[in-house]
Amino acid sequence: MAEKKTLGQEFTKGLVKENPVLRLVLGTCPTLAVTTSVENAIGMGIAATIVLICSNVVISALRKVIPSKVRIPCFIVIIAAFVTMVQLFVKAFAPALDASLGIFLPLIVVNCIILGRAEAFASKNAVVASAVDGVGMGIGFTIALVLMAAIREFFGSFNLTLKVLGFGTQVSLADPLASIGIEPILIFILAPGGFFVFGLLIALANKIAEDKGLARAELKSCAECPMAASCAVKAAGEECAE
Amino acid sequence: MSEMTKYTVSASPHVRSAETTTGIMLDVIIALVPAGIASIFVFGLRALAVIAVSVIVAVLAEYLSRKAMKREQTIGDLSAVVTGLLLAYNLPSNIPLWMAGLGSIIAIVVVKQMFGGIGQNFVNPALAGRIILMSSFPGKMSAASFPAPTMGTMSSMTGATPMGLVNLSNGVAEEAPSLMEMFLGTTSGCLGEVSALALMLGGIYLIIRKVISPIIPCVYIGAVAVFMVIAFKFDMYAVAYEILGGGLMIGAIFMATDYTTSPITRNGKIVYAIGCALITCLIRLFGSLPEGVSFSIIIMNILVPHIENMTYPKPFGFIKEKKEKEEAKS
Repeated sequence: MAEKKTLGQEFTKGLVKENPVLRLVLGTCPTLAVTTSVENAIGMGIAATIVLICSNVVISALRKVIPSKVRIPCFIVIIAAFVTMVQLFVKAFAPALDASLGIFLPLIVVNCIILGRAEAFASKNAVVASAVDGVGMGIGFTIALVLMAAIREFFGSFNLTLKVLGFGTQVSLADPLASIGIEPILIFILAPGGFFVFGLLIALANKIAEDKGLARAELKSCAECPMAASCAVKAAGEECAE
Repeated sequence: MSEMTKYTVSASPHVRSAETTTGIMLDVIIALVPAGIASIFVFGLRALAVIAVSVIVAVLAEYLSRKAMKREQTIGDLSAVVTGLLLAYNLPSNIPLWMAGLGSIIAIVVVKQMFGGIGQNFVNPALAGRIILMSSFPGKMSAASFPAPTMGTMSSMTGATPMGLVNLSNGVAEEAPSLMEMFLGTTSGCLGEVSALALMLGGIYLIIRKVISPIIPCVYIGAVAVFMVIAFKFDMYAVAYEILGGGLMIGAIFMATDYTTSPITRNGKIVYAIGCALITCLIRLFGSLPEGVSFSIIIMNILVPHIENMTYPKPFGFIKEKKEKEEAKS
């Protein structure tokens, strides 16, 4: 176990130092898939954050009841319950978001960030700390998604849809740029562009981490994993599951 | 003692070839000149502008990225000039010049320098640049917007490449240019791909200078011919049309033979060229795009390490070790 952290530290670690996407390299599937517009990224980030907070709280509260041998199915059932709720809410109140997120909304059930936090944190920490961890990690996930979506949407369509659940505005440079003959670079919002931007952001995060003397986001062994200090798998002396 | 001074002690290699990267690249540039001249004849001075922009931007991008990465400067080896030329030959003459420059930057910075520079690129940089431009700007890079040549039967027809005028069910369309026009290059298309004659001249020069081995271009074009003979049920006119048209010549002679991204072994070269031909034919005949040379070469580029592993030549006197199955099981 790592040394005791204050609640403030539990919150801030998810934002930058242990950012789930750029440092832990978790949740890459939705990161690549939904970051075609900032609006989608914010929607996905909020949905995942809500599920993460709720599941962290419930799993933490039940951590002494759940037998360790069947913990993963138990976690999944709890997470799936919250995902279903969030999905019904989104379908009811933000059908446009539901349409654009598509399959990736129900797929939050198997999002590695949520299961990863359940396994690595909520299953052995108190309820309040788990909730704070969920908020921090969720916001960190959202920040990474929005960062990536902003880059992809700007270059891919010269637009930025700064909307949260349908409210907000769209900033567009497409028309002025088109008038001087510059077209958006469509590949940024296609799949290859997603991989490319993701690779560049990871490289940038690694560069910053190296400058600060931290481990790169490159899993060669369990010990290099940024989650090593709190990881149950490592404590049990097994192979790293990631 | 005086005897000893005759002998110098040095580390291997002791025998070096006189070939240099710069020399090889210069040969490739010379071989590319006829196609460039043909393109200026067919499409006018606008073709020259596209070529100039992509070459200058490619060299500049190489210089700046080597400088930014604090690596040894390599613009002297002329490889960036070759990449810029090849990219320009893969673009239509009416492409906005900034797009040509962007393509050069992608080819040099992303595909070549980010992977370590010359000899380290995982696919052909010029082709990757072309494909990224194709998927980014479908309006400018699709055959529908290609300019008409200034001479020949197609001069009144914008928006049709020879490859769009041939299909499996109807064979070659009536308004298609004649085979002679396809051979000389007075048809619509990308800059460097139109003139089969100019490209063949360049190819023969490269083979005589031993810069490229004839295996890849010959097997590639030959295999396309065989597949097309089968597909068109011995309609030789359509087969000749498929061979002379589109990017097959430039692809087979200049792109597929790139040292870094083609196999070293002889058998590997054959497998690689047949693979290129197969994918080219599949895309041309059944794909939604009229032309498939660039995608087929990129796909085979990625498979090259596996092809080399499979075709690794057996050393003289080598006996294959028997697999010890029981040991593996335990």
